[in-house]
Amino acid sequence: MDLENQKRVLSFAEELGAENVVVLVGAADAEGAGLAAETVEAGDPTYAGPLTGVSLGLACYHVCEPVVKEEFDEAIYEEQVSMMEMVLDVDEIVEEMEDIRGEYCKYC
Amino acid sequence: MNSVVKGTSYILAHTPDMVLQNGVTQTNERIINPESEYLKKVPEHLRSYEDALAYYPNQVYIGNYDPEVLDDLPMPWHDKKAEKAERFGHFGEIMPQEEFFLMMKVVDDFDLVQLDKDFIAEYKEKFAENPIVSEFMMGRLGEGKDAADIKRLVEEEHSEKLMHNHKLVGCIKRAHDIDVNLSAHVMIENIVSKASAVIALAHGIKNTEGIEAGDVEYVIDCCEEACGDANQRGGGNFAKSIGEIVQLKNATGSDTRSFCAGPSHAIVEAASLVKAGVYKNVAVVAGGSTAKLGMNGKDHVAKELPILEDMVGGFCVIIGEDDLKSPIIDLAHIGRHTIGTGSAPQAVMTALVSNPLESAGLTTKDVDKYSPEMQNPDITMPAGAGNVPEANLKMIGALSVKMGWLDRKELPNFIKEHGIKGYAPTQGHIPSGVPYVGYARENIVSGKMQRVMIIGKGSLFLGRLTNLFDGISFMLIPNTGEAEETGVSKDTIRKLIAESLRDFAGSLVTEEN
Repeated sequence: MDLENQKRVLSFAEELGAENVVVLVGAADAEGAGLAAETVEAGDPTYAGPLTGVSLGLACYHVCEPVVKEEFDEAIYEEQVSMMEMVLDVDEIVEEMEDIRGEYCKYC
Repeated sequence: MNSVVKGTSYILAHTPDMVLQNGVTQTNERIINPESEYLKKVPEHLRSYEDALAYYPNQVYIGNYDPEVLDDLPMPWHDKKAEKAERFGHFGEIMPQEEFFLMMKVVDDFDLVQLDKDFIAEYKEKFAENPIVSEFMMGRLGEGKDAADIKRLVEEEHSEKLMHNHKLVGCIKRAHDIDVNLSAHVMIENIVSKASAVIALAHGIKNTEGIEAGDVEYVIDCCEEACGDANQRGGGNFAKSIGEIVQLKNATGSDTRSFCAGPSHAIVEAASLVKAGVYKNVAVVAGGSTAKLGMNGKDHVAKELPILEDMVGGFCVIIGEDDLKSPIIDLAHIGRHTIGTGSAPQAVMTALVSNPLESAGLTTKDVDKYSPEMQNPDITMPAGAGNVPEANLKMIGALSVKMGWLDRKELPNFIKEHGIKGYAPTQGHIPSGVPYVGYARENIVSGKMQRVMIIGKGSLFLGRLTNLFDGISFMLIPNTGEAEETGVSKDTIRKLIAESLRDFAGSLVTEEN
């Protein structure tokens, strides 16, 4: 995850409380989505950014996960996300995100 | 009058030592963790010039293999050796590092590039053999400095090192004592960009039939660097500085920026200027970036791969008045990402792909090939960044299904038939759409293709001024060989005169009554 984004996530978690922050990602593949989730839950796996060694345990979801999709206005989801939903391997992404949440999430 | 793509060039410079010295991933690592295992391993993962020549994507980029060769080449590509491992291709060349350093010296107007005199002496003759290196350029090379002087400039004057085969052979001095905008670090980035753009522009002129340096009237530079001092960081003008070295004496110019979308904006601007009759021939040009060298190096090293981001890229597209032969840039159907478009991929692709096609009465199936972000997947996939051009084609396919232009079952075939494998170095603006303009030109002229869409996309959030996305697309279409009617036809004039006479006669009759 981009170092600047890590900094922003950390600052939101400090300002609002980690239990009040949900990180929503839109990565195009399971590996990318998983890396982002791992970064905001367990800490930066590349040991490069501000989240290195910081296990925030934030709730992190991919926008294509059914539990997130349910929260959306159907028309907006259709207009903004449905095309990507067709392109992405949603099952693989869901599995990856659930695995990481199962292991590291403190507020799920 | 229509504006057409008259010629193109695509060039690379193999700069392995610059990966370690100037790539941001490496320079950041040196600040954070100077003794890191990664930095120690980098030299073992750098490719030789011969390996860079034998790398299929590089040979495709300079024109020695059609991109279709990659369709049948199993990945990874870095362990396959191209039979045609040549320095020159019909679009340009792959310049070795030593000659690229000499070109950096040639383009330097402020005595900032200092090269060891033995180094210059060793490679001067070879450099002069390059058909794009003019006598004017050779006259700017100079004799060089003593090794001791260079060592002193590095140790005492904050100069950036120029290393060749891990040996100090030169340096770039800072251009101001305290202004960070003119620091040695910034100057090396700008001089590398300028030098690679000069190589691209010189090849572009050479490759374009019927065009001499004096025929180009405007230059647009569209790289991602900024030149200026503390009072006007990014004031410009790269374009004129590049044109000066290639002796485009009749040209003026300016810079266009929009991150990776810059080149597509620049081509649309150039085509519009020509169509409006302001300039007859415009050169769109960009050099490469040292910052991005070894950008994904950590992943490549961790996966025991060579560091594949060791190439500085450049390109040039010459756009001119209709020659009744070259492909036309279809300015009536430009895909534009507007401020109101939003940044969801679906909205972006609608704006860039389906909207212009719809306005032309076409569907996505009517475009033979799409050239979106042409990043080489051999570089991006091991770094977890996926296959970018393929992802774009999937999005265009999915959009086509949503538009009712394509059956979902046809998706895999659509992606295969209308896509191109990525082959451009990950140098930001270099892969974004433009690498295929050269091949598109050839395939449209030969009649193999009827329509090619070039899609430029840019991530504006990187500048931290806006979260807006950016993108612009245009289509190349065949030249019918008939000049576009620009004025009023004779028939129309006859009709207008007849109507006036009739009205006049009518008024006389009324007056008489």
